[in-house]
Amino acid sequence: MGAVVVGLSGFASIASSAEMTYKVGDRSSGYTYATKETQGIQDDDIANPAYVYVDDGEALWSKVDGKAGKSCASCHAVDSAMLSDVGTRYPVYNAKLGKLQSLEQKINQEREEKMGAKPYKWESGSMLAMTIYMRNQSKGKPMNVSIDGPVIPFFEAGKKFYDQKRGQLDMSCANCHVDNAGNRIRANLLTEGQSNGFPTYRLKWQKPGSIHRRFRGCNKQVRATPYGYGSDEYVNLELYLAWRGRGLSVETPAVRN
Amino acid sequence: MAKARVKAPKSVKKGEVFEVKTLISHKMETGLRKNKKTGKKIPRKIINKFSVTYGGKEVFGSDWHPAVSANPYVSFFVKASASGPMKFQWTEDGGAVTEKTVNIKVT
Repeated sequence: MGAVVVGLSGFASIASSAEMTYKVGDRSSGYTYATKETQGIQDDDIANPAYVYVDDGEALWSKVDGKAGKSCASCHAVDSAMLSDVGTRYPVYNAKLGKLQSLEQKINQEREEKMGAKPYKWESGSMLAMTIYMRNQSKGKPMNVSIDGPVIPFFEAGKKFYDQKRGQLDMSCANCHVDNAGNRIRANLLTEGQSNGFPTYRLKWQKPGSIHRRFRGCNKQVRATPYGYGSDEYVNLELYLAWRGRGLSVETPAVRN
Repeated sequence: MAKARVKAPKSVKKGEVFEVKTLISHKMETGLRKNKKTGKKIPRKIINKFSVTYGGKEVFGSDWHPAVSANPYVSFFVKASASGPMKFQWTEDGGAVTEKTVNIKVT
């Protein structure tokens, strides 16, 4: 019986690769840089190990937690118009906080304020399951973040971060992912650094990870001190990357090497 | 704690050869890594045996070793003989078994 449910949920959430947009204008998803074998793992919803997290997220969605005795499902339908495109439009501006908010932070805010539950740790299995499940609802839809109005200063900050040289190696994000996309850095093929597949299952990590984990890895590789998970710097950068990948399909959960 | 996913067709024609796909989420700790802080070896914990029975008869069996990656994925082909349960068993070091059963309908 359990297997039947798994099969159905997997089937409902998968978009066939024909509907996916991997190239828009001069922008290409990391998918186009991956080997055929890696693409094959991503395309098959059983071979893709991150689909375990989609199932976990689905279970967490309707699991009651916290003092208020509520679950996400008590208030929200995951396939509602508001939630089904979450993967395309986060991070968003939160007027109350006066800054951008990533999906992880939004989930924790809802957990604390509405459910009276403990916030998830950033890179925990529950947080990854929830973010992968929610973004997976948008699979196949084009990335489309808002960069207007109050978001402008944060977008500019993200862009500045992207072009800012940092670390002992004195390299910016753009040095690799704009100037040298498609070239090799030792054995690795540099991609454009698009964020449309995050949280991504990385074969190197042997588990999925958030975009902030990837930022920290990149920062460490140029020998800079990484910022914290959920830091303003990274959330701004996340917005800039989402805009860079505008029009590309959400691929969550993608598989990369 | 391991979670398994299985995909097999709901119904197949008698005599047809069909594909079964399986994946289990497991760390597959090799026993060769050290804890970076304490320097102590992390004990081996892998799935060492995977077997599948169909209608009570074993149709797929394999012994696994530390070189198998985390979250192992296996797919194989079986010939449809008669309707019945297909039972999947993953055995971990220490003897814990993760089980999953799918009913195959042969028409």
